[in-house]
Amino acid sequence: MSRIIGLTGDEAIAYAAKQSNVDVVAAYPITPQTIMVEAFSEYVANAEVHTEFVCVESEHSAMSACIGSSLTGARVFTATASQGLALMHEMLYIASGLRCPIVMGVANRALSAPINIHGDHSDMMGSRDCGWVQIYAENAQEAYDWTIQAFKIAEDHNVLLPVSVNIDGFVISHSLEGVQVEEDKEISGFLSTRKPAITIDPDKPITVGALCLPDYYFEVKQQQVDALENSIKVVKNVNGEYEALTGRRYDTIETYGMEDAEAAILCLGSTAGTAKTVARKLRDGGKRVGVIKPWVYRPFPTREILDIVENLKAVAVLDRACSFGAPYGALCSDLLSALYGKAKDVGVFNGIYGLGGRDIMPYDVEAVFNEALKIAETGVVKEPVKSIGVRE
Amino acid sequence: MSEVKKPGWRSIPIGGILLEPGSALKYKTGDWRAFRPILDEAKCVNCLLCWIFCPDAAIVRKEKVIAIDYDYCKGCGICANECPTKAITMGEEKR
Repeated sequence: MSRIIGLTGDEAIAYAAKQSNVDVVAAYPITPQTIMVEAFSEYVANAEVHTEFVCVESEHSAMSACIGSSLTGARVFTATASQGLALMHEMLYIASGLRCPIVMGVANRALSAPINIHGDHSDMMGSRDCGWVQIYAENAQEAYDWTIQAFKIAEDHNVLLPVSVNIDGFVISHSLEGVQVEEDKEISGFLSTRKPAITIDPDKPITVGALCLPDYYFEVKQQQVDALENSIKVVKNVNGEYEALTGRRYDTIETYGMEDAEAAILCLGSTAGTAKTVARKLRDGGKRVGVIKPWVYRPFPTREILDIVENLKAVAVLDRACSFGAPYGALCSDLLSALYGKAKDVGVFNGIYGLGGRDIMPYDVEAVFNEALKIAETGVVKEPVKSIGVRE
Repeated sequence: MSEVKKPGWRSIPIGGILLEPGSALKYKTGDWRAFRPILDEAKCVNCLLCWIFCPDAAIVRKEKVIAIDYDYCKGCGICANECPTKAITMGEEKR
């Protein structure tokens, strides 16, 4: 029987990791992720889990220890945010390059300078090409559900890649919500013990991390390209199995009101909740608006998003990170790349919002919807990119 | 360079992992050489300074004089530089 308990987003991810029978956790605390590590260390201290908890001196070491542990065949979890993610940047590529199915909770936070502990997506967006499967959860429930599914996706032999489960710093990481959790034994049954493809074994020596020169390096990278593409199918299969167990339905994207919408907002994480609320109000007033929320950001669910966007007149893409010097924010660039040559009549504009934890209010979102509706009506995008909520 | 066709990405182990131990032996790093050490056996006094200094263990100890393992010698020239009797000289590698 599942039950509802009060958990913050951080606690929900820690609780999911606990139920996932993780063998090793190597992590370093950083706001706003700290509660994930704190909660998990309590499980260890209370002997509620049989996990080797490695206290390290930095996030670079945390990810290094995770990689080593994962290569032995262990199920590995870690968590970080912001500067911590930036510090482990080089190890992120090694984790995916060595095909380590590590799961990491990320409470997204702004990057210094100036120093700021609040939520935006600059940290993970800065590492978006690191070869990990990247999932964005809207609330604590989704964070719990995706963390459990993440292990199954990561460890699938057609994938064998690390997965990050992202939640908005403070807005989700520190907000207490009612979260429907499953019985321990149900999750243990859903996630059987990890079956490693290749492991370190003294009786069968292998070399990991050997020099790989121009004659082989490209082939190894091509394998990663293929594995990340494969993961879309695996995500969908795991979503199906998880729905059969819990009744909660996930996919690579979630949509709201898209059955008849002519204008939509495309955004990640908690802002989608605000967007859905505003969309409901506008739809009650007869406006044909909707919301598209990628749960999976990498690999970019191109086909799934195109299928919907192709029928629209306007899309407003909200990016909670600034790609300095780029023509658009990261999410908008991805959408425009996917759309290129396919749907010429869709007007797209890009709003950069919420940097350093700046709130995005329902009236901000309503203004974005109204702008999208205006583009849908006129077919003219006056201002392709603009910052939302910044003082002049 | 050998013209042997190398396997494609679908048929090699994932992650650049090497499943066979000691495979570095098969990688003949002597291919990298631009300069080739040439031994004048008449001058060699078998002092083994070259054997001590060689960073690639490409000097082979023998009864009377040393030998050079051209499979792994990268041609750095340290042996020629250290040789007290000038028994080793560096010449251009011609392939």
